[in-house]
Amino acid sequence: MKVLLSGNEAVARGVYESGVQVAAAYPGTPSTEILENLAQYDEVYSEWAPNEKVALDVAIGAAYAGSRSMAVMKHVGLNVAADAFFYASMTGLEAGLVVVSADDPFMHSSQNEQDNRRYAKFARVPCLEPSDSQEAKDLVGVALDISEQFDSPVMLRLTTRISHSDTLVELGERQAEERTEPPEYRVDRIKYVMVPGNARRRHPVIEERIEKLIEFAETFPYNKVEMGDTSLGIVSDGVAYQYAREVFPNASFLKLGMTYPLPPKMIHDFASKVDRLIVIEELDPFIEEEIRLMGIAVEGKSIFPMIGEFDPAVVRQGAIKAGLLPPSAAVEVRQPQWETPLPLRPPILCPGCPHRGVFLMTKKLKMVISGDIGCYTLGFLPPLSALDTCGCMGASIGQAHGVSKAGIAQKHAAVIGDSTFFHTGLPALLNVAYNKSDTVTIILDNRTTAMTGHQNHPGTGVTLKGEPTRAVEFEDVARAFGIERVHTVDPYDLEEVEGALRDCLEAEGPAVIIARRECALMPQARKLWMTLRVNEDRCNGCGLCFEVGCPAVIKSDRLDAKTGRAKAWIDPLLCTGCEICAQVCARKAILFKEEMVEEGERA
Amino acid sequence: MKTLNFLVVGVGGQGALLASNVLADVGVRAGYDVKKSEVHGMAQRGGSVTTTVRWGEVVYSPLIGPGEADYLLSLEKLEALRYVGMLRPGGTVIVGDLGIPPLSVSSGNDVYPDDEQVRRALSQVTDEYYLIPSVRLAEELGNARAHNVVLLGTFSTFLDDIPPDVWLQSVEERVPKRFVELNQRAFQVGREAISSR
Repeated sequence: MKVLLSGNEAVARGVYESGVQVAAAYPGTPSTEILENLAQYDEVYSEWAPNEKVALDVAIGAAYAGSRSMAVMKHVGLNVAADAFFYASMTGLEAGLVVVSADDPFMHSSQNEQDNRRYAKFARVPCLEPSDSQEAKDLVGVALDISEQFDSPVMLRLTTRISHSDTLVELGERQAEERTEPPEYRVDRIKYVMVPGNARRRHPVIEERIEKLIEFAETFPYNKVEMGDTSLGIVSDGVAYQYAREVFPNASFLKLGMTYPLPPKMIHDFASKVDRLIVIEELDPFIEEEIRLMGIAVEGKSIFPMIGEFDPAVVRQGAIKAGLLPPSAAVEVRQPQWETPLPLRPPILCPGCPHRGVFLMTKKLKMVISGDIGCYTLGFLPPLSALDTCGCMGASIGQAHGVSKAGIAQKHAAVIGDSTFFHTGLPALLNVAYNKSDTVTIILDNRTTAMTGHQNHPGTGVTLKGEPTRAVEFEDVARAFGIERVHTVDPYDLEEVEGALRDCLEAEGPAVIIARRECALMPQARKLWMTLRVNEDRCNGCGLCFEVGCPAVIKSDRLDAKTGRAKAWIDPLLCTGCEICAQVCARKAILFKEEMVEEGERA
Repeated sequence: MKTLNFLVVGVGGQGALLASNVLADVGVRAGYDVKKSEVHGMAQRGGSVTTTVRWGEVVYSPLIGPGEADYLLSLEKLEALRYVGMLRPGGTVIVGDLGIPPLSVSSGNDVYPDDEQVRRALSQVTDEYYLIPSVRLAEELGNARAHNVVLLGTFSTFLDDIPPDVWLQSVEERVPKRFVELNQRAFQVGREAISSR
């Protein structure tokens, strides 16, 4: 029977079916659900690692030990893991290793849209690309077989649209030999100790490997020619193939399941049979450039965009412009005209988000903040406008140190989340301590990896499989590094946050503030939700509470008689009772929970 | 058969994902090739959520372009306006009569469109639009959260070659046991919401 699976669910199933023993990842959209789904299979050991480099080293270790393994990351995660990716290519492995890279065209949830097929070529690692969930599942096993046949890691490249689309999949059984006793570790120091002498021996090996893989690609069953009308030949890969099939139902196709290395004979042969050769691929002209290097005339990015995500409309528009389709192929669209633009619905910090308390106070103290990657990045938006940079995971602390060494008028601060701190903030904080930084590091500890949907991390005391483990305390880490000024505050208590900030700003030297309060969307936090209320007689519409930027605090249609300004109203469906707005209100018009309870008792 | 394109839109946390999961599952039960694709930004709660569902003999693309949706199912009015351009002119729109103001509206900087504007905008694309009081109908059954299943009930009447039981089975498998009866009633109320059909 066929079942609907997302690309990520299908990869998890493929990992299970193909006998993988060890899988590791750091959460990152659009890849997160792979390990979340894999965790249900007891036959596969799976874990959240603190970052992608650690995850890949773990997977490499398992493959050195003779077990099939996998590391999973979003595209920018491979930047973090690149060092490991390259050495694994040099050494090869004792068993299959798949590195899943989930790229994010259009940057639905990322800081860039880098095309990781470039990494495959860069590191001389073969790259497979599925076009739907069935292929996503099947290519996991195929990748492992290739990995073992050619003694190389294999990249399985997904994109957001493959990861987050559901298509029909035929399930299979797990193919794994039952182990009666643990295997011996096969020692091979010349192969696995990458000192210069050994590395010089390995480099020719990996260049020869690519030559063999080129031969292999010529008959690889996932590189498929589908001949149709020969006036147009289309080379395509991944989800772009689906859009191309939709828009050009009659054209001839060369569908590439392996996009590095490419099969030159197959491409020459296909090109010779068609009048015009084009490549339809998202992001970089990767395939196009490779084909051009073969001396074959080809078009691609002169027709279709290099920026953003494709869909059938994007492909159709490009094709009409280039004369590949008649203007009559355009789809009729009726778009209503608006007198004023529709209100947008941008992402915002949720009602009750503990980060809000910290940002209100750093803003009050006019601090300049180096930011990081997580929900709290949204603190850059008005009305908080409290975060000034966001580059990549873990960048904030190093940046803040650089700013302070360069010297600016005020003491500089970094803001970083709990999971991001473990990811790459740790060595940066060590640098702060070592190089006597005059900065404040604010760790927003909401007890989870919130933005990707609440994954555990080394500070939560629970593993991916739900087992209890030791929870690392940030206070201990900071003190172990030699930072003496360490505050722990509740971000729901504005006075406490301000006090800690002032203490750190007035003192010389490095300081750490841990703002600890569970994400308001966690099940345990939800149990404490309670709706606050505005006392309309006291509210004069001053608007201070609107500056909190909480979706639950709303301008009502009741106007204050004296000021003529709208009074505040709290949406009972959204309010969680965090009391941040109540602390901000100068007229004590927003009732605290205690007052609400007293009021209820009087009634 | 011609491929059928559905677009389900709403606000994160509203139940749009359940509605689109049921829609995709019903397509599978009816024997079609089915693809479903979610597009959501970074917001955990409160962002706009859109899902494409396609049924057909063979479905290639998981996404559709503007003007290609045969049906637009919207759980919220502003989102219906935002995505109505995705509808094939003359296609069908079913909108839950619910407004969730975004932050720019609740802070008084933008204005939420009134019902007259909603109707006027939808009518520029199609005559086949229906505003369903899904939240009120669900509230009358005792739980406003069932509004998505009310809308699914209404929607099911437009695909009348699929028996209601197929939809109900799919809904039942996706809601907690204690809510099964509520959702059965919500589905039925939804089926009866457009009296002329």
